Amino acid sequence: MNDELKYLSQRAAIGRLSRRSFLGRASALGLTAATANTMLAGAVRAAGPQTGGTIRVGIEGASTTDSLDPATTTNSAGTMVSRLWGEPLMILAADGSLEPRVAESVEASADAKTWTFKVRSGMTFSNGKTVTADDVLATIERHSGEDTKSGALGLLRGIASMRAEGDNFILELDQANADLPYLLTDYHLMIQPNGGKDDPTAAIGTGPYILKSMDMGVRVVAEKNPNYWNAGELGHADTVEIIVINDDTARVAALQSGQVDMISRVPPRTAGLIGRVPGVTVHSTAGPGHYVFIMHCNTAPFDNNDLRLALKYGINRQEMVDKILFGYGSVGNDSPINASYPLFSEAEQRAYDPDKAAHHFKKSGHDGPILLRTSDNSFPGAPDASALFQQSAKAAGIPLEIKREPNDGYWSEVWNKQPFCTSYWSGRPVQDQMLSTAYLSSADWNDTRFFNEQFDQLLVTARAELDLAKRTQMYADLSTIIRDEGGLICPMFNDFVGATSDRVDGWIDGHKGFGMMDMQAPLKMWATA
Amino acid sequence: MSPILKLLAQRIALGLLLLFLVSILIFAGTIILPGDVAQSILGQSATPEALANLRAELGLNDPPLQRYLSWLGGLVQGDLGTALTSGQDIASSLGNRLKNTLFLAFWAAIISVPLAIFLGLLAVRYRDRWPDKLISAVTLASISIPEFLIGYVLMYIVAVKLRWAPSVAMINDSMSLGQKLNSIALPVAVLTLVVLAHMMRMTRAAILNVMQSAYIETAELKGMSMFVIIWRHAFPNSIAPIVNVVMLNLAYLVVGVVVVEVVFTYPGMGQYLVDHVSKRDIPVVQACGMIFAAVYIGLNMIADVVSILANPRLRHPK
Repeated sequence: MNDELKYLSQRAAIGRLSRRSFLGRASALGLTAATANTMLAGAVRAAGPQTGGTIRVGIEGASTTDSLDPATTTNSAGTMVSRLWGEPLMILAADGSLEPRVAESVEASADAKTWTFKVRSGMTFSNGKTVTADDVLATIERHSGEDTKSGALGLLRGIASMRAEGDNFILELDQANADLPYLLTDYHLMIQPNGGKDDPTAAIGTGPYILKSMDMGVRVVAEKNPNYWNAGELGHADTVEIIVINDDTARVAALQSGQVDMISRVPPRTAGLIGRVPGVTVHSTAGPGHYVFIMHCNTAPFDNNDLRLALKYGINRQEMVDKILFGYGSVGNDSPINASYPLFSEAEQRAYDPDKAAHHFKKSGHDGPILLRTSDNSFPGAPDASALFQQSAKAAGIPLEIKREPNDGYWSEVWNKQPFCTSYWSGRPVQDQMLSTAYLSSADWNDTRFFNEQFDQLLVTARAELDLAKRTQMYADLSTIIRDEGGLICPMFNDFVGATSDRVDGWIDGHKGFGMMDMQAPLKMWATA
Repeated sequence: MSPILKLLAQRIALGLLLLFLVSILIFAGTIILPGDVAQSILGQSATPEALANLRAELGLNDPPLQRYLSWLGGLVQGDLGTALTSGQDIASSLGNRLKNTLFLAFWAAIISVPLAIFLGLLAVRYRDRWPDKLISAVTLASISIPEFLIGYVLMYIVAVKLRWAPSVAMINDSMSLGQKLNSIALPVAVLTLVVLAHMMRMTRAAILNVMQSAYIETAELKGMSMFVIIWRHAFPNSIAPIVNVVMLNLAYLVVGVVVVEVVFTYPGMGQYLVDHVSKRDIPVVQACGMIFAAVYIGLNMIADVVSILANPRLRHPK
């Protein structure tokens, strides 16, 4: 590299030279803007995180009805706020592995039934109290008790007993589960003093920030926790401000006008245009979220596998990705699992094939239209996707009839009640969790009414298998069963699309977990201005 | 008792009676809303156990009459209850929102009411000439464009391109008055454009009506200037209809600004109400309903009283 350029990029990285003048001089030296930008980003990363300043986040999805109690958190804003003040035992790292937080280390017995978490020594809550194994015990108790309202209840069903011994928190499971540490990364399970039993909404935890001002569904301001155990790694900015902007246009305008430094959920329709605004970068991250058409495998006419296959062959996946997601996503393969999960293996991609669809439809012996229910809130663009499906199925001679349902009450009256409708899943950190949540015969949310003994047995066996190669093969088989016999039509996985301005840096591409770097962006990024 | 005091007392008693009737309507209305609160709170992630637990905790199994009476009892003592969804005290969180809404409405009114009346007077003064036509055209155009569109257009030009005012109208207690005013500049501008036409047209029509009277001709013959005639003689006699339309628009500024609040992310009552309606948080919806009703009834009462006081014939009934 040209020495002068190197010098300039370093000056720009430490803030002695403005980004704009760096780009100007770089282009004078014959560099394209794109190369110069990449170079600057590299130099900034090499210079490392800068401490201080304020990071302002514009986020969507929150409501004034939200509570600060992590047990009842249901949306991305709530998750991001919890991540500021609290930490679970372990958390998802950028590459999908586990990073210890409140737990310093974790050990499993050989049968994967007994798990011992060692609580980090010398750690304190933001109220000054020392974190003990009893606090961890109380937290897990609160989320798994009979009368809990916690959203994590489903994850914690398999616990036979738990106890605290000195620095150790020990969990005994009914059945072996090799994924247990992953389940405990859940965003509801923030470790609180006495488990939050005294005051669940106090927002006192071990996180890098302390909440200063909270107006749920409006704005939350947090300041650095001076006693944070992991300072230097996380929590670079002095202040983090989370502003709720639910309106898409207003959120984008706030980023453009410099009122916020990053925004979640850039609408795919306009993401291409926003990426062209100077000083703004759009980030698209593949995730486990998927938009689906679900059929009840036990209800006529969907109880016939040929009819299910006919519909699966009758959908044009690539067209959906192009027209519904505007390219911000990837094609699905009628299984809820994609490459964003650990232990994933590629399977043959099912493609749109009107001939095969017609063949299976004829074989099923069904006659007459098939009713598909949809609504605007089942996923963004669901009515349009349904219309595309109707057209592609029509080409195979399958008549689909679309019924538009109201948003109000869709989740209580249509989803998981009607035999064929549109829906979405935001995915789970590990395969076992996703499959156990929705495809096990006994699952609460078995929204495809999929009852398959072979599948159930294999899933339970895989859970206890500590040999990764064997486990990977089992998961491949499980996905194949759903793909060929299940009631799930999964045409697309949606990317998380967020955007940042050049006033912040440190974005990690392809961070596993939820969008906005698993909602850890305000902790891992830093302010540059 | 002087007749005016008696009149005031009558009006206030009538207003309270109305409020009481409204409270019955609101309660009955929220009871028959479809959907289940517990289901709406837990959303897609509801398990049957969690639903049953939540329903019992929220007291949704008590009979409606008992719930109405205990609610009304609390209401009279100023206790609005706690929100089902977040468990927070409604009075304190609502108080904050109401304060913000009134702040926005106040500044919008301070700008729009005098401006509308002045423009109305101006339109009468230059009746059927170009200033009149220009004022009418501009105000009618601004009332005809949907307010969210005006909001987006202003946001693009003023906030994104010129950067004069922020696009997110977020205010909080730590801001100075100047900062707050800068923050709400755009929503105030939009609201002003929306309510201007109505008040301006009414002022113009009411004054023109009076201008046909014989005493205006007399004033003209005395040699008074046109503007003084309008201000001294015509305006006082057309106050009643103007006050009525001004009050209607003030009420709109308080209860009808949901769209503007959403577009500019302003933490007012509208967004608060909408969030709670979609979650079926009935105590909050009822409290908001009562406050909106009280604002409407109160402002209309003021309009009545002012128009009575402004009219000697009504002030001294035979």
